[in-house]
Amino acid sequence: MIRLNVNGSVREVEAEPDTPLLWVIREQVGLTGTKYGCGIAQCGACTVHLDGQAVRSCSLPVSSIEPGQKIVTIEGLSPDRSHPVQKAWAELDVPQCGFCQSGMIMAAAALLAQKPKPSEAEIRQEITNICRCGTYNRVLAGINLAAQGGETGRG
Amino acid sequence: MTSTASPALSRRFFLAGSAAAAGGLALGFDLSGAPAAAQGAAPATPEVNAWVVVRPDETVVIRIARSEMGQGTLTGLAQLVAEELGCDWSKVTTEYPTPGQNLARGRVWGDFSTGGSRGIRESYVAVRQGGAAARTMLVAAAAQEWGVPAGECRVEKGVISHPSSGRSTTFGKVAAAAGRMEPPKDVALKDPKDWIIAGKPVQRLDTVEKTDGSQVYGIDLKLPGMLNAAIRDCPVVGGTVKSVDASAVEKMPGVRKVVRVGDSAVAVVADTFWRAKTAVDALPVVWDEGPNAKVSSETIAAMLKEGLDAPDAFVGNKAGDAAAALKGAAKVVEATYAYPFQNHATMEPMNATARWTPERCEVWTPTQNGEAALAAAAEAAGLSPRQCDVTKIHLGGGFGRRGATHDWVRQAVLIARELPGTPVKLIWTREEDMTHGRYHPVTQCRMRAALDESGNLTGLHMRISGQSILAGILPGRLASDGKDPVTFQGLNPGGAEAAIGYTIPNLLIDHAMRNPPIVPGFWRGVNTNPNAIYLECFLDEVAHAAGQDPLAFRRKLMAKHPKHLGVLNAVAERIGWETSKPPAGVHRGIAQIMGFGSYVAAAAEVSVSDDGKIKVHRIVAATDPGVAINPQQIEAQVAGSFVYGLSAALYGECTVKDGRIEQTNFDSYPVLRLDEMPAVEAILMPSGGFIGGVGEPTIAVAAPAVLNAVFAATGKRVRQIPASRTDLKRA
Ligand code: FES
Ligand code: FES
Repeated sequence: MIRLNVNGSVREVEAEPDTPLLWVIREQVGLTGTKYGCGIAQCGACTVHLDGQAVRSCSLPVSSIEPGQKIVTIEGLSPDRSHPVQKAWAELDVPQCGFCQSGMIMAAAALLAQKPKPSEAEIRQEITNICRCGTYNRVLAGINLAAQGGETGRG
Repeated sequence: MTSTASPALSRRFFLAGSAAAAGGLALGFDLSGAPAAAQGAAPATPEVNAWVVVRPDETVVIRIARSEMGQGTLTGLAQLVAEELGCDWSKVTTEYPTPGQNLARGRVWGDFSTGGSRGIRESYVAVRQGGAAARTMLVAAAAQEWGVPAGECRVEKGVISHPSSGRSTTFGKVAAAAGRMEPPKDVALKDPKDWIIAGKPVQRLDTVEKTDGSQVYGIDLKLPGMLNAAIRDCPVVGGTVKSVDASAVEKMPGVRKVVRVGDSAVAVVADTFWRAKTAVDALPVVWDEGPNAKVSSETIAAMLKEGLDAPDAFVGNKAGDAAAALKGAAKVVEATYAYPFQNHATMEPMNATARWTPERCEVWTPTQNGEAALAAAAEAAGLSPRQCDVTKIHLGGGFGRRGATHDWVRQAVLIARELPGTPVKLIWTREEDMTHGRYHPVTQCRMRAALDESGNLTGLHMRISGQSILAGILPGRLASDGKDPVTFQGLNPGGAEAAIGYTIPNLLIDHAMRNPPIVPGFWRGVNTNPNAIYLECFLDEVAHAAGQDPLAFRRKLMAKHPKHLGVLNAVAERIGWETSKPPAGVHRGIAQIMGFGSYVAAAAEVSVSDDGKIKVHRIVAATDPGVAINPQQIEAQVAGSFVYGLSAALYGECTVKDGRIEQTNFDSYPVLRLDEMPAVEAILMPSGGFIGGVGEPTIAVAAPAVLNAVFAATGKRVRQIPASRTDLKRA
């Protein structure tokens, strides 16, 4: 039995220790917003927050999660799509097929948490998720918009 | 949703198929044609007609036959229906009818296929007629109730009024009565200039669910009692399973069954996907690699090279006598180009869920063509299509992979047949997806141009050698002489789909069909991709050989092609081709083509570092699609198409060794990421009078515009895709 703190609640799951966190989240916890795209830490579709850091959950064995570490998935980012990144995404119609977007949003949210006003170069450097539909320019615009929103919110 | 689906399954369909309809109400009909409510199924609202349901709370449900895979078709089609219906756009939601219902109702929704950038343009008239007919019936119902002539009634935002008597009602109140009215025989459609919903940059209907993880994709589907499957198909196309040692994995955690899937594949069914995958990876399989075990990129290249000089070829476009022009030329320019296999690499790998019994088969899958998926499911199920149905789910990318062939659906049904009554979800690993694609066809092309004394282009022979998509996957659609017309996309002598934009007095474009065993497919942009590179990069070469500016050189050939010229001039003007110098170290290239009924051009600004790395700074793209349904979505499609096109041009290549595709994941099949994404300026210039597609055409001009700029920067020609194969280091 493995205990995981996911989106603020503690879940007990049955899984082999080497099972990637991604698949435990999707199959045992039952939250499917976090996506599988490559399984080898290349695409970022599986990005979740582990103690506030963006991590690629496909490449983290569930046994590597320490007791007490907090996992946040896209479903737990905000209760009502109110995170500035989610709001910016909706305003700019960032997603196309949307499959990569949970990971994009989680990566963007983690970046803004660490660096509320990233430069364009920093955004390009830090957001390495793959989007095959090609939403990158709206992702860039979305992060900028969320960063502005964040400032207004603090004001 | 379907006549045998449990209410739970119906509800899931709505969650998946139409995010905004997550409240979940069934359609007002079932396969027998009787109202669903009469069958005691889920609560139903009667439809007004096949396209429109209005619920008592005024929610307008618009039915969408085509598939949403990110390209915005769902929203665009709903805009067209809503425009004619005259409803309140803020009350609109959507749902997919199933292909089984389409079959049962005499294909009332027409064609489900979503490819070739046809999603909107081929539904353009039918869906507007559907919306207009529904409005007519709603008005007729109100008029009848009031005893007034329908012609005196007005419609605005879902409210029907009769000004002279002061009466008014709403769509929701008269919807039930409207559904019993006689459908009108003829309806007049609005002039696009009077549109208030269509043609406007409205926001997508499917965005918010994609921002909180609630959008259900095929890989996310959950059904009661469902099991999961992982598969390994023979890595060599045409190979088969010789033997498999199921006992080696049957005791692994969660494993329920080891299954042979047709001749060529094995699958493990387990309680979770991860356990199924772990077991199938560990499964000892001996393959009979069959006749293609020795095929390699080298053997394929040699096969195509032979075709470059072969005497026989299918003629796609011919004028005058190109051979004579070349013989009599003052100067001949010649070059050979090549385009590789490429995988679609949709972000969501192939997947399908199937439940089979001896009487019925149901499939849930992301597909670009529900009807083709239904046919594939029925065949694999050993049942008639009327005993089967397919519930479509939003796609995590399509790009052509999920349209013409449904190999993964066949597999899922064959697996489900081994566990009758149990839903089984098959998900491909990325590795399975990369190595069992329907690849962009491989071709080579020899270009030969004749110039006269004054540098005029007097003749051109374009010999394409290589793979035919139709021969590979839809041989029934080849012309009677065996020619594949799709090969000549963008090069046709005329027509509304993909005509060449130049008048060349002596022209021969022909195709020596050479079909290697790697299975081809329709890959976003299809044959406009290689054809635009071949023609547009080569014309750039010829212009330089003639000592002329590439834009001016083209213009001389385009007098009879005003729409092609229009988009080319637009990008030239915006980028400042004739009026400004690019920033220091930055160089420009230009290209145009017609594809999928639209005219497109691009101009690129590019620099190449001393160590040979290409950086694309800026792309200006112009599209003339005739009519624009949603400008902001077209802008998104154009920007996205450059990501797809630049990934292909710079990095995209699947190589073959020992009959196997060598690239297995994004580490060996790199794609463009945010750090390399250029600024894209999209110019939308609908000239009216026709409607073209927008999902694909601009992909084709990405590569030639950039590669022509690379030449301007380095003096080196990239004639083989991907560009990463050409050494661009400064000497
Ligand atoms: S699925 Fe984890 S990075 Fe791709
Ligand atoms: S929106 Fe489709 S992969 Fe990013």
